[in-house]
Amino acid sequence: MVENRRYLTYVAHATLILGIVIVAFPIWVTFVASTHEPQDLLTSPVPIWPGGAFLENYRQVLGVGLEAAGGVPVGTMMFNSLVMALAITIGKIAISIIAAYAIVYFDFPFRMTAFWLIFVTLMLPVEVRILPTFKVVADLGMLNSYVGLSVPLIASATATFLFRQFFLTVPDELMEAARIDGAGPIKFFRDVLLPLSRTNIAALFVILFIFGWNQYLWPLLITTDESFYTIVMGIQRMVTVADAEPQWHLVMATTMLAMLPPVVVVICMQQLFVKGLVEVEK
Amino acid sequence: MADVQLRGVKKDYPGGFRAIHGIDMHIGDGEFIVIVGPSGCGKSTLMRMVAGLERVTEGDILIGERVVNEVEPADRNIAMVFQNYALYPHMTVFDNMAYGLRNRRTPKAEIEKRVAAAAEILELQGLLDRRPRQLSGGQRQRVAMGRAIVREPSVFLFDEPLSNLDAKLRVQMRLEIRKLHQALGVTSIYVTHDQVEAMTLADRLVVMNAGIAEQIGTPMQVYRQPATTYVAGFIGSPAMNFIAARLGPDGADIELPAGGRLPMSNGALASQAGREVTLGIRPEHLTVSGAGDGVVSLNVELIEQLGADLLVHGHFGGDRTDITLRLAGATPVSAGDVLPLGVAPESLHLFDRENGRRLETAAPSDVPM
Ligand SMILES: Nc1ncnc2c1ncn2[C@@H]1O[C@H](COP(=O)(O)OP(=O)(O)OP(=O)(O)O)[C@@H](O)[C@H]1O
Ligand SMILES: [Mg+2]
Repeated sequence: MVENRRYLTYVAHATLILGIVIVAFPIWVTFVASTHEPQDLLTSPVPIWPGGAFLENYRQVLGVGLEAAGGVPVGTMMFNSLVMALAITIGKIAISIIAAYAIVYFDFPFRMTAFWLIFVTLMLPVEVRILPTFKVVADLGMLNSYVGLSVPLIASATATFLFRQFFLTVPDELMEAARIDGAGPIKFFRDVLLPLSRTNIAALFVILFIFGWNQYLWPLLITTDESFYTIVMGIQRMVTVADAEPQWHLVMATTMLAMLPPVVVVICMQQLFVKGLVEVEK
Repeated sequence: MADVQLRGVKKDYPGGFRAIHGIDMHIGDGEFIVIVGPSGCGKSTLMRMVAGLERVTEGDILIGERVVNEVEPADRNIAMVFQNYALYPHMTVFDNMAYGLRNRRTPKAEIEKRVAAAAEILELQGLLDRRPRQLSGGQRQRVAMGRAIVREPSVFLFDEPLSNLDAKLRVQMRLEIRKLHQALGVTSIYVTHDQVEAMTLADRLVVMNAGIAEQIGTPMQVYRQPATTYVAGFIGSPAMNFIAARLGPDGADIELPAGGRLPMSNGALASQAGREVTLGIRPEHLTVSGAGDGVVSLNVELIEQLGADLLVHGHFGGDRTDITLRLAGATPVSAGDVLPLGVAPESLHLFDRENGRRLETAAPSDVPM
């Protein structure tokens, strides 16, 4: 720090605490709402402290689901989301790290063309290509399946680009030393490059898992079978029920549950993740 | 162990740049060869071709009678120490050394034995569980050497292995490399641009310039009989003085541009009488002679006191060529003095003015090695 004045420290802390309160308050309200009886939420003032219906509410959403929204238990939806998010995350990382390896370490014709083709798709978000993609997936008969949920979202320019940038910072001599040590391309990848990319992989895992978990539009488009509903689209269906009041207490409980897996992933990966963002271990 | 032969080796980089213009060399079994030369002259390129990291454009490289042009680095039975060490950052010191052996399916017990032996030689016993980033520069250097030693290769390749170390450590590691070579007797090729390293380590020296081997010889041959003005100027510090001169009418002495004559030994160049030459004299071979027998006189302009030595810069009379000479540190000289200088006839080097090649004045057998 340039200056170390006391009041500056107080101001800084006050700002940060205020920020946390602003960010955390909606989550608190959600939690509180998920622990009350439905009628408590319809009367003013809205409660600020947790009520006594915690167990009932959560038991109902996990086991039975909402009648009006198709009656899919939240447990099933969370499982679907988890499968989709993990498939997208692992698929993206696996494909992009291999693609980056090829682009950086192998000399093949049109190598730069390949790179630029990948790079250009960075600028095309899923929504832009969603209709053609839907057509392809439908024609392949992949509607209402885990494959259809995850595969179209796996190709990733961003992750390929990040891995490429990382590989470029790995000194060439490391590859040459490995060649002299008798490590072929696969061994070099497995024994040297992969362990060195560990922190990058962890960081990407967190980001991509949340990306996959939060997918909304795509699952909404391609699933019509309730057993393939994901949780994020499930919440939306609960809110926009036809001729009935939204069951806010149950919606809020579902929301709390939907937030859990990303939080768990962040906490588990935190140490590696922060390292990956801050430290370059070479 | 094996010898290494280069036969008309050339290297063109993609884009058409010719980095090596054709080198022929035979490196004997157990010999320590040092390649020196300025930055960009192709030292690393040459070494990387021997290692198999760079393709040979033309010519052949043989390791122990086998042409290795198309052989993978791992199958050439060589080991290389890189300038930045290139240790695997995520592996322990032990694993760094063992990795190559594991890839060749060496039995576990054998790996442990060899790593332990290398660690003992290099004094790395206590460090085997550390990661490279927990080591000092000198220790990393040792691990890199250890990785080379455990493979028990037939050729060691070193590409400027000491250039990242501080001066003191460099001296120490230089001695250790020398000792190691004496102990193991493995054929070694060592690239450096440090003259002292080159002179002290080499059995034979290769002086390179712009992709050409200007001279190959023992350090003393290169010092005493530099083949070209380039080599003469590159080896030796401070660098050799070069003076544009002319052979006398009978070819037995040299006329200096500022007047004065220097007699030559053996007077062997009678056929070349009157020829324009470049005269080379090393700073340490110019001596201050007693009044009267000095052949030329130096107008002193600048003194550099180095402690043990004294460097004197000046001119011969009206000639503007800078002359440097090295005297004992205590010699009383100051700027403005005129020093009478003498030089032994056998310390004169004559080079062709046009192409810079050495003109032999005496039969080579007369020159002590
Ligand atoms: N991959 C490459 N592509 C094209 N030219 C190259 C390549 N590598 C090296 N060169 C050129 O070849 C020449 C020799 O390079 P090299 O690395 O062998 O030099 P060096 O003698 O080892 O120099 P230094 O002492 O700086 O390490 C240089 O002019 C360099 O620019
Ligand atoms: Mg080099």
